[in-house]
Amino acid sequence: MNIQIRPILVALRRHKAGTLLIALQIALTLAIVCNALFIIRQRLANLSEPSGVDESSVFVIRNQWAADWPTAQVDTQVKADMLALRQLPAVRDATPASGYPLKGGGWDNYISMTPDQTKPTTDAAVYTGDEHFIDTLGAKLIVGRNFRPEEVMVMGTQQAITPPVVIVTKALADKLFPGGNALGKSFYAMGTTPSTIIGIVDPLQRQGVDRWANAYAGQALIWPIRAAFSGGLFYVVRAKPGQLAEAMREAPKALIAQSHMRIIDPKDGVLDYATIRHMVYDSDRGMAILMGIICVVLLAITAAGIVGLTSFWVGQRRRQIGVRRALGAKKRDILAYFLTENFLISTAGVALGAVLAIAFNLWTKTRFEMSQMSMTYVGVGVIVLLLLGQGAVLAPALRASRVSPVEATRSV
Amino acid sequence: MFGYYLDLAWRSLKRTPILTSLMVLAIGLGIGACITTLTVLHLLSGDPIPGKSAQLFYPQVMPDTRSKTEPEIGFTYTDATNLLREHRADRQAIVVSNNIKVFGPQAGARPMSLSTVATTTDFFPMFDVPFRYGAGWTPTEDGNRARVAVISQELNDKLFGGGNSIGRNIRLDKWDFRIVGVLQHWQPQPRYYDLYGHGAFASGDSVFIPFSTSRDLADLGIEGNALDCWEQLTDQVHLENQPCLWLQYWVELDTPAKVSAYRDYLVSYSEQQKALGRFQFNGKPLTGLHDLMDWLGYLQVVPSDVRLQTWVAFGFLLVCLINTVGLLLAKFLRRSGEIGVRRALGASRRAVFAQMLTEAALVGVAGGMLGLLLALTGLWAVRRSPTDYAALAHLDLRMFLVTFALSIAASLVAGLLPAWRACQIPPALQLKSH
Repeated sequence: MNIQIRPILVALRRHKAGTLLIALQIALTLAIVCNALFIIRQRLANLSEPSGVDESSVFVIRNQWAADWPTAQVDTQVKADMLALRQLPAVRDATPASGYPLKGGGWDNYISMTPDQTKPTTDAAVYTGDEHFIDTLGAKLIVGRNFRPEEVMVMGTQQAITPPVVIVTKALADKLFPGGNALGKSFYAMGTTPSTIIGIVDPLQRQGVDRWANAYAGQALIWPIRAAFSGGLFYVVRAKPGQLAEAMREAPKALIAQSHMRIIDPKDGVLDYATIRHMVYDSDRGMAILMGIICVVLLAITAAGIVGLTSFWVGQRRRQIGVRRALGAKKRDILAYFLTENFLISTAGVALGAVLAIAFNLWTKTRFEMSQMSMTYVGVGVIVLLLLGQGAVLAPALRASRVSPVEATRSV
Repeated sequence: MFGYYLDLAWRSLKRTPILTSLMVLAIGLGIGACITTLTVLHLLSGDPIPGKSAQLFYPQVMPDTRSKTEPEIGFTYTDATNLLREHRADRQAIVVSNNIKVFGPQAGARPMSLSTVATTTDFFPMFDVPFRYGAGWTPTEDGNRARVAVISQELNDKLFGGGNSIGRNIRLDKWDFRIVGVLQHWQPQPRYYDLYGHGAFASGDSVFIPFSTSRDLADLGIEGNALDCWEQLTDQVHLENQPCLWLQYWVELDTPAKVSAYRDYLVSYSEQQKALGRFQFNGKPLTGLHDLMDWLGYLQVVPSDVRLQTWVAFGFLLVCLINTVGLLLAKFLRRSGEIGVRRALGASRRAVFAQMLTEAALVGVAGGMLGLLLALTGLWAVRRSPTDYAALAHLDLRMFLVTFALSIAASLVAGLLPAWRACQIPPALQLKSH
């Protein structure tokens, strides 16, 4: 098969507008599709980030008090509640908490290495829980030990307490002690007394996925504190394997039976981790779906546009095609002509498109906190669009190849 | 003539149903995507208090002694009350809010957890808050730490059946407050006056009480959601002397001269505080004074995803337009013969041009209708999403009109090149070749 490029280029010069339009459309499609794929990939990566929680069996109860109790009475009630929860047949373990990974409340503390440091070293999410916290969440203690019951302190709403022992995430340990071996070392978390690291868990996400905290990703500390807040607190509960639904039904009933002086919101007072993950990452998932739809629709429209314009060209050139056929060109020569023509236009389009794609990425990097797009996306996009072009042109090109040599003698 | 062109356009479009539907689909999809994202963007970036927003300013100072590069968003108690006392703006108000327990007048009722704003007397005139009954409290009541409250129309409907409840009591946590004002429905979006630590599109506030009273009854716990302290606290309830940022401070400045005077004042205030040993900085102090719309931009009230989506949607529309240009070009030039005949029979170039543009516009109208349907579907999807602005996503009349204007404009732009090419067709040549 002998494909000659020159005649194709000469012919294209007579269709400047159409050629330019197709090339431009391919370029823009490539630019948008590459970036959309990149966004999708980033968002999906967020979605699948492990929280460190045994998500298939953990749920959270937001427990508010309907009475005004002093700290001591709240603590008595919390202890009674824990006893009631842990006795349920479907429940493996439970802990009171001021916050929980991915979504739940709580606060952050600045971390310093010395008490008089003016600029803090970093920032960590603070979790509070008793000696059941690690087991309830299903977090993996990679080194060190868990809290002992006698280490757990009680903290009322208006108190600031710095326990002498702390369990930290690996991310925080690595940040504070880059040389490793953080176990046994201590730091200050906005207190006058230090906390000594007795254990390290990995992984455990922070209590929120807000963008401001990206610099502190995975940095959290757990203090042995039984929160006795007068407003209310979270109860994190881990069901026995396969008994999540039953535990979620029984737990609120058991709490109400323990004491009815509480408010558990019937709508979102009890949330399992599937729901929590769904809520937290909803915007990421929505964005990924939206970009996916845009990619598909855009590719379809571009393909349709190529089909439309090439069909028009084929219709316009029926006589020339007939002449070529009459002069001895085979069907596959005609087919090759149109495929090559499209390939030339597409190549010009993707070349421009690759530049646009990178430019768009650089621009979103400055304005939308995006990161550098890998060239793989551009490569994949280029291949997809070249194949799309060849696929789209196939039908009109086949039709062209079936033009009979007799057409050469007809006027239209 | 227009009627005739319309008739010709309709016939021409009917002759090529697939090509026509492809063009309508392309325009419709592009318009639908753009209108959906534009509506959300417009809604989120709209001026919550038009006509007044240019006079409302959020000042910033920097009491935090950690090394930072930007002035703070929150205020300490000391700074907020200093600025309030020195009274250098036309109006000024401290704002802080939390959900607290509210009891109705009926004995034994269960408490509701309602958003309660602690603020100062200027809040109501400054933000043009409309009253149904009564009015805001007086500066004297601010000074006396009076237990007075202004409640929302919605809370008044719920507790008092919408009647005039001035002089009646509501109980906040353990304390009774006398109602002095009931608002007309007031729920600006974004909830611009209280963004520190709160979602921008939260639903409205139910109760307003004097800030001084909220400090008097510190156990109410109205201390915002973003208590940011740079040292350990010695007292978690009485935040007055604690190293914490937790308040917001707004000023109204009616003339540009007052704005620049206030800027100078913030600098001299910072220098004075440095002399007192409270602030630490080298050289010029970091201060800020943003007007309301600037402030919303500074806090990135419009989520960056929404802005990114809008850009992508317009890129999408651009591809759809280029696609339509190509298809119209093919369609018009395919009718070279017909156009040649019309030109030979005396139609001017302008007439051919107008005829072709009419056809393009007709595609635009159809595309606009499809786009409208798609935008309604898109907004329905946004409303079902759990974002805090979901409930607001409705197409208003303006965006409805914008849809058609944008669609017709887009199709006319797309039709320009093809129509120009079509009217260049020489009559004689076409007739000869047929």
